[in-house]
Formats: sequence, C-alpha cells, structure tokens
Amino acid sequence: MAEIQSNEGGGKKKKGGSKQKKLSVHIDFTPMVDMNMLLITFFMLCTSLSKPQTMEINMPSNDKKITEQDRDKVKASEAITLVLTGGDSIFYYSGLPNYKDFNSLKISSYKSDGIRAFLLKRNTQAVYKINDLKEKKMQLKITQEQFTKQVSEIKNGKGTPVVIIKASDRATYRNLIDALDEMQICNIGKYVIDKITPGETFLIKNFRTKGELSRNAVK
Amino acid sequence: MSKVKVARKSTRIDMTAMSDVTVLLLTFFMLTSTFVKKEPVQVTTPGSVSEIKIPETNILSILIDPKGKVFMSMDKQGDMVETLTKMGKDYGLTFTSEELKKFKVLSTFGVPIKNMKAYLAMKAEEQDKVLASLGIPSDSIDNQFKDWVKNARATNPDFRIAIKADQNTPYKVIKNVMASLQDLRENRYNLITSLKNETANKK
Repeated sequence: MAEIQSNEGGGKKKKGGSKQKKLSVHIDFTPMVDMNMLLITFFMLCTSLSKPQTMEINMPSNDKKITEQDRDKVKASEAITLVLTGGDSIFYYSGLPNYKDFNSLKISSYKSDGIRAFLLKRNTQAVYKINDLKEKKMQLKITQEQFTKQVSEIKNGKGTPVVIIKASDRATYRNLIDALDEMQICNIGKYVIDKITPGETFLIKNFRTKGELSRNAVK
Repeated sequence: MSKVKVARKSTRIDMTAMSDVTVLLLTFFMLTSTFVKKEPVQVTTPGSVSEIKIPETNILSILIDPKGKVFMSMDKQGDMVETLTKMGKDYGLTFTSEELKKFKVLSTFGVPIKNMKAYLAMKAEEQDKVLASLGIPSDSIDNQFKDWVKNARATNPDFRIAIKADQNTPYKVIKNVMASLQDLRENRYNLITSLKNETANKK
C-alpha cells in the first residue's frame, strides 16, 4: 500500500515540477484510522459500558435498645409471610401461622402465575392506582416528581399488605433477589427480610408430611 | 472506431471521514465506559427488574463467591491504606510503607489478616493465583469481615456498601454477611444485580 502511494505521490510531484508552488497537502489518514480502530477495540474489550443495576434495601436495625413499644406492629390481616426454601420453591401464609392445619401453608413458585399472582391479588387497589398514575405520566399530565411522591404514598397507604421474607439456609441468593423483585413488580412498599423461625421450619415439615407432625403433637 | 479512453481514476479513498467517525466512537467509549475490575472469582449476578444505577464513587463493594468466600474492594486508594493501618492496629500488626504501597494498588483484597504480610510480599501473578482460595473469614468465630467494614467506615463515613454475590450462593452465607452488617448498624446497602428483561421472562 505504502509503495503505491509513494509512487502516486511521486507522479504528482513530477507534474507539479514545473510549477513548484502547487504542493499537495493531502494527508493519508489510513494509519490514523488503523490506530483509532485499535484503540476502539481495546476500549470495547476492556471496559464495561453498562453500569450494574442495583437494589437498595433497608434492613431493620437490630439495636437491643429499641423496646417492644417502639417497634412497628403489623396487623395480622395485612401480613404475608414468604418462606424461601431450596429447590426454587416458595411457601407462603397470610396472617398468623396456623400450626394445626398444614393446609394453611401454600406452596408456590417464582413464575408469573405463582407468587406474583397471589401478591397482585392481595394488592389490587394499589396496583390499579399505580397503573393509573403511570398512564397519567405517559400522557405528561404529572411530572416525575409528583409521580414518585404519589407512588410512595400509595405503596405505604393503609390496607396494603406487609410482606415478611424469610429464607431458609437452603435458598440461594437468586431466590432472595427474585423475591425482592416480586415486591417491586407487585408494588409492595412494605417488606422486610427476617430470620426464619423454628415455627416456619415446623410448618414446612408439616406441609411436606401432610400434617403428620401436628397430628403427632396432638397425641 | 475511436478508442474510448478510459479515464484513469485514482484508487485512493479519502480516509478523513473514516477517521472522523473512529475518533468520535473512541471519544464515546472513553467517556461512557468504565474499566472492568479484575475480580478473583467469577460471579454471575442474579437478574432483577430494578433499574437503579449504582453510584460511581465511594463504594465499598463486597464480593461473595458461590462457595461463600468474601472479598472486598474500595475505590479510593487513600482509604485502603488507612483501613489497613487501622486493621493492623486492631490485630497487633504494623505494616511497612512498602507493604502499604503494595496494598494500595490491589484491586480486590480478601486475605485473612495474619496472612496479609506474606500475601503482600508475593509477586502480582502469585497473588492472583492464591487470592481465589483465600477470602476474608466471616464466620462467627473469627469475623474479620466485620472489622474490615468497621474500619473502612471509620476511615470514610460517606461510602456506600454494595453487595455483589453470585446467584447460586446459599442464603446461609448472605445471612451471615447481612447479620455482620446489621451488628455494625449498616442498615442501608445496595445489592448488585444485572438487568433482567421482564417480558422475556414471562414466557
């Protein structure tokens, strides 16, 4: 390549030989392009373009000084407890645990017809309201700030369920993230990650053995 | 018949426009992207619909691999040095300026504190080999992880904690880390996820 170019350049020079002042200022950019391409390739391979997504969570403080009175009490009618276990299965019960009836515990999955359907049903009001707001925002009737403010108001409003997420040791990190994701999809504003209690372990065992444990306990 | 004279066209292509484009692309990549940090273990973050981006600076990231090994990294080198000095004080070790200098340039650290001196004496290639098998002890008997976070917080009160864990990490490990953070009253932190396409997932 370089040779051909130098030949051509030479030819031009000869022509211009009679009129010495007409010098071509043609600069060959090919090496420049080569170098830039090399640099682009380097940057594409060695850097990450998208910043990772993140989830912000607030954990409850386990400060011993907080007395029982200061703690927020959750109404039994509003509480839903999710127990994440191994094998990507998820157990849930509403309100207080019922140790006598193994059917009070329901098994579900992370699919859209699983736990999501249940949570959406429990949170219908808020979901409708938020969908309304989203539409309004799309039509530019309200600003982004108003939108976020109203959404958080709805999410923390009265009657919305409070979800307690408990994960057993056999659950994976992905299960936890999936469960947290469901909270976002179902527009649930109040949720907490808690430690699993022996009561829940008992419930799951009871469910798996179809109520054998509770029958034995009665005897 | 008259000879058709074929005009001799020069085969030279003007590369100026091409060069313009490449420079533009280069500038774009340089400005928007961030360098990939070298991590001792391969971690696949779980997908999530969350769209919050992680802040750029003042991050203390905690890396948890599927086996439950914990690594940490900080984005400010000055803070790293100070944190290590404080850790040394807690565990009765003093680090020479040479060792501190070496520690400063590490992208990720995760060595039990008593191995730290030996680790810093190693060459960079050896460090990479060893690091994946070490990790910061974070169990209830020897919770050095807690001390690292405590000292890092004392050094820089503004940083945010970001947990980056593999999707197959057992919850037991995560629980441990979260409990340690809770003990330190670090109740706000970020969980790093990758973007999941909700429509694709619905199938």
